[in-house]
Amino acid sequence: MSGGMMDGRTGELPEVPLLRVEGLARHYVSTGLFGRETHRVRAVDGVSFTVRPGETLGLVGESGSGKSTTGRLVLRLEEPTAGRIWFEGREITGLRKGALAPVRKKLQVVFQDPYASLNPRMRVGESVGEPLLVHRAAAGAEERRAKVAELFRLVGLDPRFIDRFPHQFSGGQRQRIGIARAIALRPRLIVADEPITALDVSIQAQIVNLFMDLQDEMGMAYLFIAHDLGMVRHLCHRVAVMLRGRIVEMGTTEQVFHDPRHDYTRALLSAVPIPDPDRETARQRMAYEATVPAPDAALREVSEGHFVLA
Amino acid sequence: MEAPLLEVRGLTVGFDLWDGRVRAVNDVSYSLGAGETLGIVGESGSGKSVHVLAMLGLIPKPPGRILGGQAIFEGRDLLTLPERELRALRGGRIGMIFQDPMTSLNPVLTVGFQICETLEAHKGLSRAAAMRRAVELLDLVGIAEPQRRVEQYPHEFSGGMRQRAMIAIGIACEPKLLIADEATTALDVTVQAQVLDLMKRLRREMGMAMIWITHDMGVVAGLADTIQVMYGGRIMERGPARAVFHDTRSAYTWGLLRSLPEESGDGRRVIPKPGKRRRLYQIPGVPPDMMRPPPGDPFAPRNVFATERCHREVPPLTQAEGGAPGHLVAAWYDLRAARARAQEAAAAGCELRVVGGAEARAG
Repeated sequence: MSGGMMDGRTGELPEVPLLRVEGLARHYVSTGLFGRETHRVRAVDGVSFTVRPGETLGLVGESGSGKSTTGRLVLRLEEPTAGRIWFEGREITGLRKGALAPVRKKLQVVFQDPYASLNPRMRVGESVGEPLLVHRAAAGAEERRAKVAELFRLVGLDPRFIDRFPHQFSGGQRQRIGIARAIALRPRLIVADEPITALDVSIQAQIVNLFMDLQDEMGMAYLFIAHDLGMVRHLCHRVAVMLRGRIVEMGTTEQVFHDPRHDYTRALLSAVPIPDPDRETARQRMAYEATVPAPDAALREVSEGHFVLA
Repeated sequence: MEAPLLEVRGLTVGFDLWDGRVRAVNDVSYSLGAGETLGIVGESGSGKSVHVLAMLGLIPKPPGRILGGQAIFEGRDLLTLPERELRALRGGRIGMIFQDPMTSLNPVLTVGFQICETLEAHKGLSRAAAMRRAVELLDLVGIAEPQRRVEQYPHEFSGGMRQRAMIAIGIACEPKLLIADEATTALDVTVQAQVLDLMKRLRREMGMAMIWITHDMGVVAGLADTIQVMYGGRIMERGPARAVFHDTRSAYTWGLLRSLPEESGDGRRVIPKPGKRRRLYQIPGVPPDMMRPPPGDPFAPRNVFATERCHREVPPLTQAEGGAPGHLVAAWYDLRAARARAQEAAAAGCELRVVGGAEARAG
């Protein structure tokens, strides 16, 4: 196995994953009269994966695949129907609000729409400084302001804009503000849910670079949820492909993109338009007839670190 | 020479807002032949959507205003056509598909009824004949069990099926021109691929021309005969698809193509080894504030190759020197020469920076 992520482990004690998810499930149940179950949607159904410190795991899939719900479960924004979550080796599945606070400090989120996730009536500097206030991570208003200015510089924003309101920024700048807020407490893991989808094409590369730069500087891990396979390929160390609530394939970016083993992964990759007229016209698309996987289907290792649902 | 199906000349569209006028579309001229597919690429604020909405009489006036120009479709100027005649064209000779089928379809009417409406209004069909045709159309766009589906409401359709239903409405009257605005953007990539295949088939079978508006270079690469890149309300570059991709002349087009995740020569994407990831090329700065557009080339403040003249004066759209026939570019700089110089400079260890004009800030 080549590559830095793997080399770190060879011959040493297995590293404790930063995040470990085992058999995670989230079912939505409709009930009829007298509370009898009439319908069950398995949004997430038996999902297991790990994220190592400093690593980026891409979670890809189409709408309804359960990738965003998985992110919300990891963040404990939703309660799982089944399964367990460990963060820094400690189980966080059952933790209540108070016990969860120290975990939340190290586990942050960046959403797709930075406009919807910023309070429009709050100056952006206050929004970015809010986590510092809540978790008492700065001694007084002055230190907080200095820390916010530093965060602004880190994400490529002019610290003179601290007192402006969200509507005075472009989409890309607002996403930078959202990222500044997420890194304020120096988290160890950031769940990024479609963080570049809403941005203009010329801005997407700026934000992807920012994610990589911050990881190089601060060493946090990302759970990067996206449907843009090109960007995932560029940014992520490992990739998990989801379909109908299950992971159908997981491996290093190299394994999944260059040696896809599951028919759905192949179909998905073959559907991505190529920005080149010659190759796009010649592109062969593979069809995939979605079938419900067998109930006893499980992820099986086909080569080291490369798993396929079978 | 045969007259083009659509000829746009000097189209300029503004919006009068409380604190000033925004020129959303600025002196846009192009023509489209019968059966031709034009891909228009641009970001928000490029004017790509607004200019077609203006042509179709679909921008609210006020605040919207046509400040000049013509849009000749089959010999008639759409911009001066009475609303009644324009309405007869829309959905008839000119079909439309918009991005969000959930807001474009009426949730309280069946899908079949909404297709019938178009057919009755434009083709004068009876309800029974229209319903038969609606079933055929749903079948044509690849919806299984069209007999049953035609009776259903939009919420009973999946996202991909709703978009197919929108296409069925768009092509119901066999338009000569179909305008699609981000028609596949909200779709999953596998569904998008199916819809694009469908469009290629329909275009062939019906011989219609298309204007396909998108921000996705990949989508137009396989679909468009001609590609037009817009920025800041203007056309920056236009030409045969292969020329625009392989002999790029506008710094903006070049920046867009370069900022996509990298590929190696054999067409496989380069996967950087973990820990050795390469940064993506990024276009510096942010799109222009259309309320206070730069005086010259709208892209100049973000263009490392901009000359002083770019900041002062708007470049005209002219034939690219030594380029394919019909390959046009609006630039005072020569991208090929500028790139060669930049390569030499890079070899000497220098880095290019944007100079002059408005301050270009990180997005």
